[in-house]
Amino acid sequence: MNENDFLLLIPEFMAAGLAFAVLTLDFFLDDRRKHLLGYFAAAGLAATLAATLIQQWGISETMYGGALRMDAFTLFFRSAFLIMGIVTILSSVDYVRRNLNYPGEYYAILIFSIVGMMLMSASGELLTAYISLELLSLSMYALVAFDRYNPKSNEAGTKYILLGAVSSALMLYGISQIYGLLGTTRFDEMAFALSSGGGLAPGVIVGFALIFAGLGFKLAAVPFHMWAPDVYEGAPIPVAGFLAAASKAAAFALVMRLFAHALMPIAADWRTPIAALAALTMTVGNLAALAQTNAKRLLAYSSVGHVGYLLMGAAALAAVSPDGAVRTDFSRLAANGLTLHLIVYGVTNLAAFLCLTAFYNATGKDGISDLAGLARRSPFLGMSLAAALLSLAGLPIFAGFVSKFYLFGAAAAQGLLWLAGVAIFASLISLYYYLQVLRQAYMEPPPDGAGKIRLPRLTIAVLAALLAAMVLVGVYPSPLMGVIERASAALF
Amino acid sequence: MMAWLDSYALSLLIALPLAGAAILLCVPSERPGAIRRTATALACAVMALSIYVFIAYDHSAGGMQFERTWSWLSMPGPWALGERAVTLRLGVDGIAAPMVLLTGIVMFTGTLASWSVSDRPKDFFVLYMLLLAGVFGVFVTLDMFLFFLFYELAVMPMYLLIGVWGSSSRFPTFSRPKEYGAMKLMLYLVAGSVLIWIAILAIFVEAGLGTFDIVELEKAAFSEGFQRFFFPFLMVGFGVLAGLWPFHTWSPDGHVAAPTAVSMVHAGVLMKLGAFGIIRIGMTLMPAGAEAWMPVLLALGTVNVLYGAWSAMGQTDLKYVIGYSSVSHMGYVAMGIATLHPLGLGGAVLQMFSHGVMTALFFAVVGVVYDRTHTRDIAVLNGLAKRMGFTATLFALAGMASLGLPGLSGFVAELLVFLGLFQTYPILGALGIIGAAMTAVYILRLMARVFFGPLGERWRDQTDASAPERAAALTLAGFILLVGLFPFPFIRAIESGALETLARFGGGG
Repeated sequence: MNENDFLLLIPEFMAAGLAFAVLTLDFFLDDRRKHLLGYFAAAGLAATLAATLIQQWGISETMYGGALRMDAFTLFFRSAFLIMGIVTILSSVDYVRRNLNYPGEYYAILIFSIVGMMLMSASGELLTAYISLELLSLSMYALVAFDRYNPKSNEAGTKYILLGAVSSALMLYGISQIYGLLGTTRFDEMAFALSSGGGLAPGVIVGFALIFAGLGFKLAAVPFHMWAPDVYEGAPIPVAGFLAAASKAAAFALVMRLFAHALMPIAADWRTPIAALAALTMTVGNLAALAQTNAKRLLAYSSVGHVGYLLMGAAALAAVSPDGAVRTDFSRLAANGLTLHLIVYGVTNLAAFLCLTAFYNATGKDGISDLAGLARRSPFLGMSLAAALLSLAGLPIFAGFVSKFYLFGAAAAQGLLWLAGVAIFASLISLYYYLQVLRQAYMEPPPDGAGKIRLPRLTIAVLAALLAAMVLVGVYPSPLMGVIERASAALF
Repeated sequence: MMAWLDSYALSLLIALPLAGAAILLCVPSERPGAIRRTATALACAVMALSIYVFIAYDHSAGGMQFERTWSWLSMPGPWALGERAVTLRLGVDGIAAPMVLLTGIVMFTGTLASWSVSDRPKDFFVLYMLLLAGVFGVFVTLDMFLFFLFYELAVMPMYLLIGVWGSSSRFPTFSRPKEYGAMKLMLYLVAGSVLIWIAILAIFVEAGLGTFDIVELEKAAFSEGFQRFFFPFLMVGFGVLAGLWPFHTWSPDGHVAAPTAVSMVHAGVLMKLGAFGIIRIGMTLMPAGAEAWMPVLLALGTVNVLYGAWSAMGQTDLKYVIGYSSVSHMGYVAMGIATLHPLGLGGAVLQMFSHGVMTALFFAVVGVVYDRTHTRDIAVLNGLAKRMGFTATLFALAGMASLGLPGLSGFVAELLVFLGLFQTYPILGALGIIGAAMTAVYILRLMARVFFGPLGERWRDQTDASAPERAAALTLAGFILLVGLFPFPFIRAIESGALETLARFGGGG
């Protein structure tokens, strides 16, 4: 195939076209039928997913002088983002109808953010990565502030865009440093320049540190996590779920590309700092979650904790033998574990946020103590929330157990047993606050006068699908693992 | 037919409760009768299967039997067995077979004892089935990864089972809400799992084979330093669940807060998982580490026996007495294991079985009393035998087994432990016997107060146990008598397992 065969970008074209189609269709629907836009957007994304799978299966190409890479890794993450997008849109329909104006813009911007994510996972070069990251971020700023008449949503949007702009600037400055010193922004050429030996120039270290600071902000890694709880609390609930699941997966896809392609030769220099950052992130995130009273803030801190586990996977992408040589014996194992946990964490978080969305739609509340008696008011919702939280805590028969065990095992195999120990201990802390939520849902009596909660059929269907996915992966992870192994094999 | 059953029996033991949970989810919650009957039928089938496994286990051949391997997950990397990193490898040896039988019995009788659950029975039985699937899984799995998965699965439902269906206790000076008991139990057990998890990962990496298969890992040579460093992780981690002093305090609190059937499973089977884990993973994979740390386990076990019995003597709540008595009796298990002598280890395993059945009977009977009187206060209950003859008789039977009356199961098991102890550490054996004497004090005093003596005015209209409760109690009592009178089938099976486990130790015991 031609090296600049833009047909390989058909998934992005389709998704972007879909966003414009949604905006156009918005003009022709009257207000009572706006919710059809959600179904249209979801169907369009499903069509994009089908086209992506058919067209890109088994392809391994680089485009535009290495700016984009179309391989199994890209395909995997593109599909994952599309699926998460479909789930998020279907979870939003009811919420948007009740709480938000301008549904057309909502769905269109959501789709634009997916385009950004897809390009991010494909990027083989720093500037392309930066531009797609900005497309994602700008879309998210708008979505977070979408609830225009809610001061909290406005506050969240302002905070997010201000801090996000600073972090983007840092990252861009870091990229310019790297370009100035290494003479390239392509990952493979960076690796070549870095492997030529000699110590690292201080400027290169500063450049990478700035890039990590920017990425760390997007990931909500400690110490760049302070925005997360406020933004999750203020954002429309499905957006918060999307932010936690998909946006994080996109950032980690980029981290994996960057580490595995560009930075592998200097693994000895970044491994320990990243491991330390991981230990700090999982500890701080889980400890701070203990004190929360709002369910969304709790999930925000819990997501910070999970970023810690994922960063551990990133640190485990390389091992360093005592003589300083970089070893990649178990790099694929770590990449598998990282990807698996990303997906599992994403699916589980989407389920947890959908439970909160459905509860908010029915009652207008989102405090942890408001969940009292949930299992009596809606047994299905209670069970779904319980499953999601137990999966986040890493208990069987849910997917969270398998992914945590695999990820921690990979870290241990790469010589990070101490960090795996910290992570296991952090999981123990996290169990406490997840159980506190379960306690409200199952053991406390419902408030006086609270009746049954009736769920819309669509919500039940989506929740059931997410539950089935969680249990299936928890009981028999082999099929998903097979797909993930193909994806991470493309990395190395 | 038999060959087919042999190759699927263990898979079915895990699959049936799981399928049961799924089936029960589909039964409409407005039909509690159908839910109870479905659960009971399933439990009955599982018990029949577990009896079959025990009887068909050929103790003269020994080794792992009923083996079957299902592939589960592969892990890439430059190691020998990464292709089958995690396999659902099933098999029972002479130690696991009686445990499977025990689980089957307790599951069935626990289901019968739960007929009186009226609040959300559907959720109760779903969680109960999940719990039992986990317990069976631990006993029959030969893969560390899935062993740990089932281990956690056996712990996870406890929180809701206790927190939702349990009962709070109030004393004059302090109160113990059921949520407290549930949370304490959960945090203790998961804290123990933290250590186990770290040790499992360490073993996995140190062996460098790329597999979690215990049988394959046995062939790996672990350095003595490694074994000595990591064995305590397993000993303490599993020890928490086995009620090892000083990590035992969750156990009485948890027992007391739990509903009857959960207490039965919890004391009857769950605590045995801890001891079983020490044997299956700790002693099998790290014999040198075990040898180095056994004196510590022995000392802790001795404290368990004496301290548990001492605490039981001071309790005023029926369930707390039984709870501390469990802690005391699990001490014999720890002591027996720590002798590293075939008699002691065999006695420990038999004690696990015997104590499991006996304590399940205790909790079933106490559940009957509490269900009707709504109190467990020893000072308030008196003379119940006049109105609850059946219950009193069976409580007496369990009590006699507990204090080691010859002809009942407890006697045989404790005798073997003591014989093992006198071969190795005679002084501690003597201390163990003192513990048994203390058991007699608190059990007899309890029986004299609660069941015998003049009937309390409040209990004039007391009714005796219902039919399902009687069936449960009689089943358990039957097994206590069976082991007491015909212990040889049990001893032979256990002996074959104990000898194989100890074959990896230097002196062979």
